[in-house]
Amino acid sequence: MSETVDENESTGSAAPSRRSVIGWGGAGLALGAAAAGGAAVALNRAGDATENVAAAGGAVPFHGPHQAGIASAVQDRLHFAAFDVKTKDRAELIQLLKDWTRAAERMTLGQEVGEGAYGGLPEAPPDDTGEALGLKPSRLTLTIGFGPSLFDERFGLKDRRPEALVDLPKFPGDNLDRARSNGDICVQACADDPQVAVHAIRNLARIGFGKVAVRWSQLGFGKTSSTTPDAQTPRNLFGFKDGTRNIAGTDTARLEKHVWVSGKGAEGPSAWMAGGSYLVARRIRMNVEIWDRTPLAEQEDIFGRDKKEGAPVGKAKEHDEPFLPAMKPEAHVRLAHPDSNNGATILRRGYSFTDGTDGLGRLDTGLFFLAYQRDVRKGFIPVQTSLARSDVLNEYIQHVGSGMFAVPPGVRDKDDWWGRALFS
Amino acid sequence: MRAVRLSVVTAAATAAALTAVTGCTEKSDAKGDAHGAVSVVAKDDSCEVSKKEFPAGHLELAVENKGSKVTEVYILFPDDRIVTERENIGPGTKAKITAEVKAGDYEIACKPGMKGDGIRQKVKVTGGTTAKRSPEMDAAVAAYRQYVQTQADETLPKVKVFTDAVRAGNIEAAKKAYADSRIGWERTEPVAESFGDIDPKVDVREDGLEAGQDPAKDWTGWHRLEKALWQDKKIGDREKQLADTLDKDLADWVKRVGKAEITPTSMANGAKELLDEVASGKVTGEEERYSHTDLVDFKANVEGAQKSFELLKPVASKNDPKLVAELDKQFAALNTLLDKYRADKTTYVFTPYDQVGKEQQKELSDGVNALGEPLSKLAAAVVK
Repeated sequence: MSETVDENESTGSAAPSRRSVIGWGGAGLALGAAAAGGAAVALNRAGDATENVAAAGGAVPFHGPHQAGIASAVQDRLHFAAFDVKTKDRAELIQLLKDWTRAAERMTLGQEVGEGAYGGLPEAPPDDTGEALGLKPSRLTLTIGFGPSLFDERFGLKDRRPEALVDLPKFPGDNLDRARSNGDICVQACADDPQVAVHAIRNLARIGFGKVAVRWSQLGFGKTSSTTPDAQTPRNLFGFKDGTRNIAGTDTARLEKHVWVSGKGAEGPSAWMAGGSYLVARRIRMNVEIWDRTPLAEQEDIFGRDKKEGAPVGKAKEHDEPFLPAMKPEAHVRLAHPDSNNGATILRRGYSFTDGTDGLGRLDTGLFFLAYQRDVRKGFIPVQTSLARSDVLNEYIQHVGSGMFAVPPGVRDKDDWWGRALFS
Repeated sequence: MRAVRLSVVTAAATAAALTAVTGCTEKSDAKGDAHGAVSVVAKDDSCEVSKKEFPAGHLELAVENKGSKVTEVYILFPDDRIVTERENIGPGTKAKITAEVKAGDYEIACKPGMKGDGIRQKVKVTGGTTAKRSPEMDAAVAAYRQYVQTQADETLPKVKVFTDAVRAGNIEAAKKAYADSRIGWERTEPVAESFGDIDPKVDVREDGLEAGQDPAKDWTGWHRLEKALWQDKKIGDREKQLADTLDKDLADWVKRVGKAEITPTSMANGAKELLDEVASGKVTGEEERYSHTDLVDFKANVEGAQKSFELLKPVASKNDPKLVAELDKQFAALNTLLDKYRADKTTYVFTPYDQVGKEQQKELSDGVNALGEPLSKLAAAVVK
């Protein structure tokens, strides 16, 4: 995307364009999209493809001040799992977190767990399950989080529950399935190859048997937002570009402001979270059958963007600054925009999912929404409160699963481990 | 019941591994063909084996199907236990079968059309390459063999209480005796299943029948009677006949138990297989879908696994004390969990599985995984 074009367009952002004058009914004319032409789109596609090919085999560094899998470039696939801790022994839980960290270090490098998938004692099952043999690291990232339920009496963590790790309020329209919600620990595995992501969760679950048990898990494909805004913005299953204005992984200032927990004056129950973040996971079912019967103009009005280019109402280009008053008052983009929520900004990393059908001939499909922020009370909660109340999109979606997790800072080096600051 | 031949395959692989580990196996010299393989020519009415006697150790059969039907070829122990097998050898195709064999008598069988007993050739394996075992291991195997025999012996009278009730047309008495009659079998299932032909007769479920098998005629055993008692709620002539058949088939099992091939690793893997049985059939409620007595089988499977483990403990503790401690802990945890479902620990009266809630089933399943995973490492701890 050319900077010049962006600037030119954004200078006009204060003045309503013809589109917004026409109003919501004018959706579909998409003047800006036409002006942008197909060349830009083609260019973007090529750019994105090159980036992916170059990166597909690559390994994302596991060690660092922040965990990978938050601000790092979003991969194509997801396997997310929430675990219940079964052991009551704090030392055993700590040992598991150490074992998991060592396994994660190896897997993110594309290496086998333990002594590998073959060549060991013939009488023993191999340490590694083997299905990722011969596959590249595929930019695998493993990101751990701790749910509110971990901070009960069991492990003496009650005093260390951060204030920001609140229980999410009930939002209007929620229809949450307990069997797909919450959990003591979560692990987000993202990779460009689904087999690599699935392998990672499977091996961690295996290492954890007896200490933790999988509570629920979710596969995701087709990232629905990007932390590399220069690349083509992905589309959700409603066919719309989502995450256009997401926080870029390179935008240190916005990350510090909205995503990373500050280390300044770190004391009290949240001190161990310095450099961490808070994750909200929501399984959002989409009624795609109904959506697909919805006229294009209405679809575009609901989002507040045009379908082809992704430009906000009245604007030409996807990345143009939205002029919110031009959108319908209940349009999704308008309600979700920071300007409508006192500046609340979250980093989204969601994925589409399709888990077969629901037995009624409808696809069990939707968006597995993942959002990282410095404080959910200033991030997800105000945004979702406003969306749940008024978003016209609610007619087509339902929140059916939910989880909230404190995501600790990164693992510094080979001696460090997931959650050390919390347990030390 | 599940993969019928699992134990034997495991036992054979274990025997192979033991000899391999001790380093006393050598490939047989050029006896059959240039590569040391024994050739087997299978036709529709013959099964020609190029040699009838070969040295112990690595045995390779080069099979060629010159017949018109798909065939399968087996290497069998004298009591029909399978050493190894190869199915689906199409007409005009070749296949290789390998096994590690100890000295003794065997049979090679071709089964044109993959049916019946097959066309058999007696063969002899000579020479001493039997793996040496420690006295501790021998003691463990001997004690386990005795346990298996006792379980089988004690099962017959309990089965008779059940089958007598069926023969008397007494539905309530039969229902009462049903679960109890299965406990000995469930405790020693991997050994029982190693006789490939008994398990399908006594413990198959309706969905285990093959295409072409008629449930009315070909379905026999406990679960067929279970369906009659709990679902159809009637005992007819056919059921009384089936009670006789069950007695007969289980008497056959009791007779053959003594000959079962048992090694320390097959004991260890058998323990793991018992947990696999729980994980695949009991924890889902599939096994006892009419009577819902799954927790009785569950308990019996765990008891059988624990017996193997206790007997192997002296050996395993030396090699992997951490694993043994973990197994002690997980066996105790699972038993405690199971005890929540019976009011009186001296009986095998458990809560019917259809009254166990989804969350409790998940808790049981988590407990099984917690034990099954470390249990899968027991065999390695035994041979290390």
